[in-house]
Amino acid sequence: MLAVQQLEAGYGESVILRNVTLAVKPGQVVCLMGRNGVGKTTLMKSIMGVLKARRGSVSYKGTDLTRRAPGERAKRGIGYVPQGREIFPQLTVFENVLLGLESGRGQKKRVIPESAIAKFPVLPTMYHRRGGDLSGGQQQQLAFARALASMPDMLLLDEPCEGIQPSIVEDIRDVIRSIKADGQTAILLAEQSLEFVKSVGDYFYILDKGQIAWEGGLEALDDDVIRQYLTV
Amino acid sequence: MDVLILQLFNGISVSSILLLIALGLAITFGLMKVINMAHGELIMIGAYAAYMMQNLFQSYMPESAFNWYFVVAIPFSFAIAFVIGLLLETVLIRFLYGRPLDSLLATWGVGLMLQQLARTIFGAPNVGVTSPTWLDGGMTILGDVVLPYKRLFIIALVAVVLAAMYLYINRSHAGRRMRAVMQNREMAACLGISTRRVDAVTFAIGSGIAGIAGCALTLIGPIGPSLGTYYIVDAFMVVVLGGVGKLVGTVFGALGIGLSNTLFEYWTTASLGKVLVFLCIVAFLQWKPSGLIAMRTRSLD
Repeated sequence: MLAVQQLEAGYGESVILRNVTLAVKPGQVVCLMGRNGVGKTTLMKSIMGVLKARRGSVSYKGTDLTRRAPGERAKRGIGYVPQGREIFPQLTVFENVLLGLESGRGQKKRVIPESAIAKFPVLPTMYHRRGGDLSGGQQQQLAFARALASMPDMLLLDEPCEGIQPSIVEDIRDVIRSIKADGQTAILLAEQSLEFVKSVGDYFYILDKGQIAWEGGLEALDDDVIRQYLTV
Repeated sequence: MDVLILQLFNGISVSSILLLIALGLAITFGLMKVINMAHGELIMIGAYAAYMMQNLFQSYMPESAFNWYFVVAIPFSFAIAFVIGLLLETVLIRFLYGRPLDSLLATWGVGLMLQQLARTIFGAPNVGVTSPTWLDGGMTILGDVVLPYKRLFIIALVAVVLAAMYLYINRSHAGRRMRAVMQNREMAACLGISTRRVDAVTFAIGSGIAGIAGCALTLIGPIGPSLGTYYIVDAFMVVVLGGVGKLVGTVFGALGIGLSNTLFEYWTTASLGKVLVFLCIVAFLQWKPSGLIAMRTRSLD
């Protein structure tokens, strides 16, 4: 479904990612792990198109998207929940969710799909508050709902549990599991918490110094691998 | 009592003119952060569009229809300024986002070019636009206080433009996209919004409103190629005083400057009054640098 081939990307003079190859199959939850500063967010941004690839390619459902704008990728079905959530602070919660429809992928235009909002019963109760006035956990749920409103076939989740209270982390875990159970949407999840990714992931990539250092299934992710690449 | 009402009316009238010339700038400068020195020339273009419409009516329409030229001139001025704004954004402004000093110089140059263009087409001397007869005279209240219809018309026009802008920005789908792009361009793009189109249309709308302002200015006096230069400073002053990025701030900025200007001029003389207004603005901005209405939310950054 999503195929990243020998990707090289970076900011200005500095190259962050080198020769990254990665694949996500339909309905699969693929986890991207690594210590701080190894390039997880850079990879997410390159897949979304916010950051231009220097070399290599990003293709989605067989179409090469390497040179396409982020909006084009959203229209083709990639939903993005960025690190830091990136809620529009001056817009109401409702308007934030409505913006998820801009990719024009919902069956009915101008109507928020039930499936996007059903997972977050708390959101409709604060539709009229401004996005910027919400707490971090509420904003994270809003960012999820906004991404799901576009009915994506693939979700990019960049550290969705960062800085969020444990009960909301449990909610987010449930949401990811229910998306997985529906089987309609593949997920690429960048996450630090080993416990979290083990509970939801199907396949794992570990980034180190801008390269894929290890990849494998859940059973192969043993203590040796963890000690070598993930413990600080 | 009469004097008080008359001064109050004059103050509101001056405010309405200030607001009208500043509204377009509230979009291009307030929302888009483009220091658009050509804003005055877009006003001038709107004024000449009204002049052209007047001449068209004189030449090709029966005399009885002449009075209605002004009704047609308002949307026509908007359309002409809108198209020129769109053109300006496409060929120049879009390369200058996030570069305020460059955009200041470049738009100033564009302003000079547009002035020269107007001189070439319409000639250097001022031209007069005949107001429709239904705007002559005034409304008499309290026996001897006369409120001119032209001034009342401008106040009403501002109210309509303001209401339309509010509805567009806060209630329409396009307005929602516009606010999203201005608040977080990158994320808006990731959701599938065409930021290029939103930028172009937003700038064009700001320009179009400047055109309407120019059309209204033909009611007040003769128009010339350098019409815009008289108003550009006032327009920036209103937007900065009101607080950049807030429409309601622009309204209060215009009211504050307009009313205090009239008041000071009544107490002192015309030039001293202006000086006092400037001093007040400078003092106020020292006290509150972000203007009357500052954006506040805990996660603006």
